[in-house]
Amino acid sequence: MILKNPEKFMGYLFEVAWILPSIAIPVAVITAVVLTAFAVGLRVPDVAGRIEPKAIAVTEPFDEPGLRELAPGKYQAAMIAQVFLFTPNEIEVPAGSEVTFMLTSRDVIHGFKIVGTSVNMMVVPGQISKLTVRFDRPGEYLIVCHEYCGSGHHVMSGKVIVR
Amino acid sequence: MAVIARPRAAARADVADRFATENRVAGLNILVAFLALGLGGLMGVLQVLQYNSIDLYKPIKAILPGGYYQGLTLHGVLNVLVFTTFYIIGFLTFVTARSFDRPLVNPGLAWFTFYFMTAGLLIAAVPILLNQATVMFTFYPPLKASGFFYLGLTIVVVGTYFLLANQVLTLRAWRRDNPGAKIPLAAFMSIVTMTMWVIATFGIAVEMLVLLLPWAFGLAPGTDPLLARTLFWFTGHPIVYFWLLPAYISWYTIVPKLAGGKLFSEPMARVSFLLFLVLSVPIGLHHQYTDPGISQIWKLVHFIFTVGVFFPSLLTFFNVVASLEHAGRSRGGKGWLAWIFALPWNEPAFVTQVFAMMLFAFGGASGVINASYNLNLVVHNTAWISGHFHLTVGSAVALTFMGLTYWLLPYLSGRTLWSRGLGLAQAWLWIIGMILFSHFMHMLGLAGMPRRTMIGSAPYVLPAWEGLLPFTMVGGLLMFASALCFLVNMLMTLTTGKRVEPGPVTFARALSGPEDVPLFLDRLTPWVLSAIVLVAINYGPTLYFLATTGRFNIPGLSPW
Ligand code: HEM
Ligand SMILES: [Cu+2]
Ligand SMILES: [Cu+2]
Repeated sequence: MILKNPEKFMGYLFEVAWILPSIAIPVAVITAVVLTAFAVGLRVPDVAGRIEPKAIAVTEPFDEPGLRELAPGKYQAAMIAQVFLFTPNEIEVPAGSEVTFMLTSRDVIHGFKIVGTSVNMMVVPGQISKLTVRFDRPGEYLIVCHEYCGSGHHVMSGKVIVR
Repeated sequence: MAVIARPRAAARADVADRFATENRVAGLNILVAFLALGLGGLMGVLQVLQYNSIDLYKPIKAILPGGYYQGLTLHGVLNVLVFTTFYIIGFLTFVTARSFDRPLVNPGLAWFTFYFMTAGLLIAAVPILLNQATVMFTFYPPLKASGFFYLGLTIVVVGTYFLLANQVLTLRAWRRDNPGAKIPLAAFMSIVTMTMWVIATFGIAVEMLVLLLPWAFGLAPGTDPLLARTLFWFTGHPIVYFWLLPAYISWYTIVPKLAGGKLFSEPMARVSFLLFLVLSVPIGLHHQYTDPGISQIWKLVHFIFTVGVFFPSLLTFFNVVASLEHAGRSRGGKGWLAWIFALPWNEPAFVTQVFAMMLFAFGGASGVINASYNLNLVVHNTAWISGHFHLTVGSAVALTFMGLTYWLLPYLSGRTLWSRGLGLAQAWLWIIGMILFSHFMHMLGLAGMPRRTMIGSAPYVLPAWEGLLPFTMVGGLLMFASALCFLVNMLMTLTTGKRVEPGPVTFARALSGPEDVPLFLDRLTPWVLSAIVLVAINYGPTLYFLATTGRFNIPGLSPW
């Protein structure tokens, strides 16, 4: 029946010719991303535990916010976000160090992005946000709060200084 | 029935009268929509000016005490909650009736839908205008707005359910009168769109009723921000398909007709809509790749399903382009690409919508980056995202709706478009302005500029941003000029446009039409059930984990 109608037949051929790339493109994207996630290890934040916002002052590691050397060249930076500042808002590490950022919020949701790196996460009250990054190039890296958190949101920032 | 032969004019007036309710309900919804877009667009201009340190918020402090952030809340709420929702409900009311070629079974319900949603809109508008709900259109708790803001939005959402009810009742009546016939394509698509939307609203319904309303009205001491966020995005991703699918309805069933051709394939169009029904909801975690407290594994699963949605999107792209090619060739166009020039480039309703498609192609490309799990870390919450969604909802949807209105005007107002030239100018201004604006927003995002931020007053502006910001202003002003052209054209049409007797609405016929549609592409129930099962699998574990480990005691703050 289809073959009797050449125009329709061509139509079906076109459909098939398009359906194949419509499947191939998504499959290629998935493969590329899964490879970078597992082979290169470029991951997004995972579950890193909850915290009671009222008890931040007595909960590790936020009881003593700041930088801690865990092993040679490996650091942990514990930071607290609140309207409209990060505590501490400046961190200094030697070039080549691997830093694990641990954040939580005292009040509302904030954002945490270190410009020029792959550190980008939301900071949610009641939750601990955690990401690790290596700083190879010396310089000053801007930290911005990138989630609206109130009338002073645009002043909420900080920096990482890599020597 | 009277058997007296009636003069033709009277018979035509009868056709118009048959759809009087739908015409008026659609017209009023669309009027509200464009009032919202006008005010929302104005706020957009203030934003791009502020980016460049031209601060117009100070002179209007008495009207807009919350300045940039209150303006941005208005911009988001008016453009993507009010404009879209009212336009869609109006347009789908119209399309459903015309496609079935019978009025909705319950005209009272159609009016009630409009009044109910409008009441919700007014209730939510008061706190926003009083600067008591400066929480953006995403209202992430524990930012705490006036309870009336949440109440009003809830009422608007519930209002949309009444359209689906009316559609389903109309479908039943139509099936009784047309046993064995396939549902007309445009009506089918309208019902699929509303069905997808109602499933999608489960998230926001639970967020509002269980978490936010009791908390905002003082009945609960606090809330759990992460659970609320997750419920928000449960609805927040599929809402983009709620915006987009009505534009697709136009691209599939109206644009080919405007172009002078036929839809390439109706079965393929139905496949893509049914896949959107199944796949739109269970992928919302792609908005939360950077959130703490949600497992990487489920983020990855949602990523994979998100990429699955490329499939129906690419089918749509092919089907629509093939239809345009058919039209171009029918009009005598030749060659591999030269047929493009044979299309009706002097028809505003056509040009706007084709420009919307072109801008959407760019938006789709940047969307692939956003969706891609770890690549999202580069762009999340930067100006890139803003660049992206001005191409999608801000162009694919908003520009299509403007063009569609040019086409709808004779039916809704009995008048033709006042100035076709102004309509064409509007289309060109939008595409030029938007290409500039969105390109430079994407660049600013790559350079690390945060979104939702009063950049003109930020102490940390990087030199790399300074050279890019002025172009966002030029683009933004051109877009606003386009919106003004549109509004002036509407106003002039409604007051002085030439009166016409609109004929019946005819949708594009298909090269491969209903005769090629297998029965399973004319049924909804199996697809709805698959959607629900998939949503339960993809969201169940995460929601269960968040609900059982949540601390529902975060008190919240209104720091503005
Ligand atoms: C009239 C021209 C327009 C201009 C100049 C404009 C400008 C802007 C700018 C500069 C931002 C970013 C603000 C920031 O992140 O701090 C923004 C955000 C936004 N725009 Fe537009 N826009 C326009 C039209 C539209 C349209 C037509 C839509 C959709 C229908 C739209 C939807 C949005 C949304 C949803 C946001 C995000 C709001 C938020 O972050 O809460 N805009 N706009
Ligand atoms: Cu902040
Ligand atoms: Cu999404």
